[in-house]
Amino acid sequence: MTPILEVKNLNRRFGGLKAVSDVSFAVTENQIKAVIGPNGAGKTTLFNLISGALPVDSGQVLFQGKPLQGRQPWQIATAGIARTYQNIKLFPGMTALENVMIGRHSRTRSGFIAGMLNLPRTWKEERDIREESMALLELLEIAELADSEAISLAFGQQRAVEFARALAAEPNLLLLDEPAAGLNMQETAEVARLISKIRERKITVLLVEHDMSLVMDISDEIVVLSFGQKIAEDVPTAIQQNPEVIKIYLGDGDDA
Amino acid sequence: MKRYLPLFVLLALVVLVQLVTSWTHTTYYLTQLTMSAYYSLVIIGLCLLMGYAGQISLGHAGFFAIGGYLSATLTTHNLVTYQDHTLIVLLKKSGCLVAGQDLYGGQLLVVQPWVACLVAVGVTVLIAFLIGGPVLKLKGHYLAMATLGFGTIVYRVVLANRLFGEADGISSVPPFPLLPGVAVSGGFGARVSNYYIAWGLVLIFMILLINLINSRVGRALRAIHGSEEAANAMGVNTAGYKLKIFMLSAGVAALAGVFLTHYNGGIGPSEAGVMKSVRYVAIVAVGGMASIWGALSMGVVLNFLSLRGVFGSYDDAVFGVILIVIMLFAPEGLLRLKLFTRLKKLRGGGQ
Ligand SMILES: Nc1ncnc2c1ncn2[C@@H]1O[C@H](COP(=O)(O)OP(=O)(O)OP(=O)(O)O)[C@@H](O)[C@H]1O
Ligand SMILES: [Mg+2]
Repeated sequence: MTPILEVKNLNRRFGGLKAVSDVSFAVTENQIKAVIGPNGAGKTTLFNLISGALPVDSGQVLFQGKPLQGRQPWQIATAGIARTYQNIKLFPGMTALENVMIGRHSRTRSGFIAGMLNLPRTWKEERDIREESMALLELLEIAELADSEAISLAFGQQRAVEFARALAAEPNLLLLDEPAAGLNMQETAEVARLISKIRERKITVLLVEHDMSLVMDISDEIVVLSFGQKIAEDVPTAIQQNPEVIKIYLGDGDDA
Repeated sequence: MKRYLPLFVLLALVVLVQLVTSWTHTTYYLTQLTMSAYYSLVIIGLCLLMGYAGQISLGHAGFFAIGGYLSATLTTHNLVTYQDHTLIVLLKKSGCLVAGQDLYGGQLLVVQPWVACLVAVGVTVLIAFLIGGPVLKLKGHYLAMATLGFGTIVYRVVLANRLFGEADGISSVPPFPLLPGVAVSGGFGARVSNYYIAWGLVLIFMILLINLINSRVGRALRAIHGSEEAANAMGVNTAGYKLKIFMLSAGVAALAGVFLTHYNGGIGPSEAGVMKSVRYVAIVAVGGMASIWGALSMGVVLNFLSLRGVFGSYDDAVFGVILIVIMLFAPEGLLRLKLFTRLKKLRGGGQ
């Protein structure tokens, strides 16, 4: 199988701190891969480097064989990488539906002139965007919240809207940064079910998560980061037995 | 189409006001209403940039003035002395120049108003493109200060330059013949037709801008307002969109400047003044920031009152006070205050 994403010797510093240090791994198409590690291990930074939100110091990210170096986040998104945020970033002043509709941006085209003239092609596209976004809200079982302001929703509902917004982009690769953080057990189970379900849509998932039972349940492979470095990469059962992984998680108990 | 309904109401109102003024022999009101329409055009363009895309500009009087001044200069500056120059000959042949006579019967050769208008708007959009590139990387106060700097430069340039008439500005700007028999001019007999020209232009731009707001682009602009980082991660070319909306709103301001200059028969440096820019920003704010209808209605009402002299010598101060009060109590804009909570209450009450 060809890797959809390859991370090669990636480095990123913040002042004297090596947030991501010489990290390499690959994600195979249609895989669910997890990145775990204690707080501050560099997981979110890794996501920011892949999605272009932060520039890399050195190393390479290859998406579908092509280097992402020097590309703007919107170009990377258009290439097929969507993401959610650990600290939810929904658009204020916009409804849940509108937030999801923004997710369709990278898959639609109408520009300034077409928008001003509201050509038939334009309003048909707009109607499609609305219908597709509504369908995603239904998939996530929050259709009745479509017209509520997104940022005023309950936490779990906001996570769902963000999820729908990312799916709206029909990504090839979906980066989920702690999708279950702050959710209760029932909601977490829902997230697990959903992640398994989107695999059917031919979406590859790279996931950061602290909830170990969720990670062990759904991932095909796991990368373990500690202090910016990759210390292990294997299937879940092997990761559970790995002495080094056990050591960091025992040494920093409240993260497990 | 629900979104166009208010436009029909506006159209009806425009016609009604004209009829009432003609019945009551108060058509002199139409003069200020025409001028208010042109200022409102600047304001709805700024509303898109500021209210929807969230990018402040304290330099919009500068764009208005560049449009007005360029058009005024081109349509008044006599090119007779260069008439043998190949370029001038060529321009004359292609119909870009018009010959005429000045007040004393001297030969006059100036640029055709349509051509002047296109050049004025085109150059303004180009300037917006050139300064927008670097300036729009800035946010908040820094963007406000940079655009303020731009406005100040335009003001000083028109004030210091002989070509732009220094403190006197430019006068004797000829009418702008739009169609045979219809011209933008301040002539007494043209009062009613010019009222309709101005409001026709406002209506056209209301349609275009309302369409834009309700489009994929409008949604992306609002997303940029909310979170530039997230918008970018969703595939919105944030830098490109900010630049385009900046150019669009500068172009609309320039067009308003061109038309008002022909209507008034001239333009002076006060149109480029910083207080004018502050006024535009204050009106967008009091109209509700992200509300093009709020911006339009406040634009008409406040400009009309100001032009009628209702604020007396406190004219500029009034707009300063408006701005302070809004920034203190409703930075998101007055008319939009707690809109969402109110809507939610309504829905909650219905259940
Ligand atoms: N923009 C930044 N500037 C400076 N330091 C940063 C920045 N972003 C992250 N860091 C630091 O880099 C290290 C890695 O942070 P990161 O957010 O990637 O960790 P994480 O693995 O996602 O942690 P958590 O599990 O808490 O989300 C931390 O020490 C953090 O303080
Ligand atoms: Mg993190």
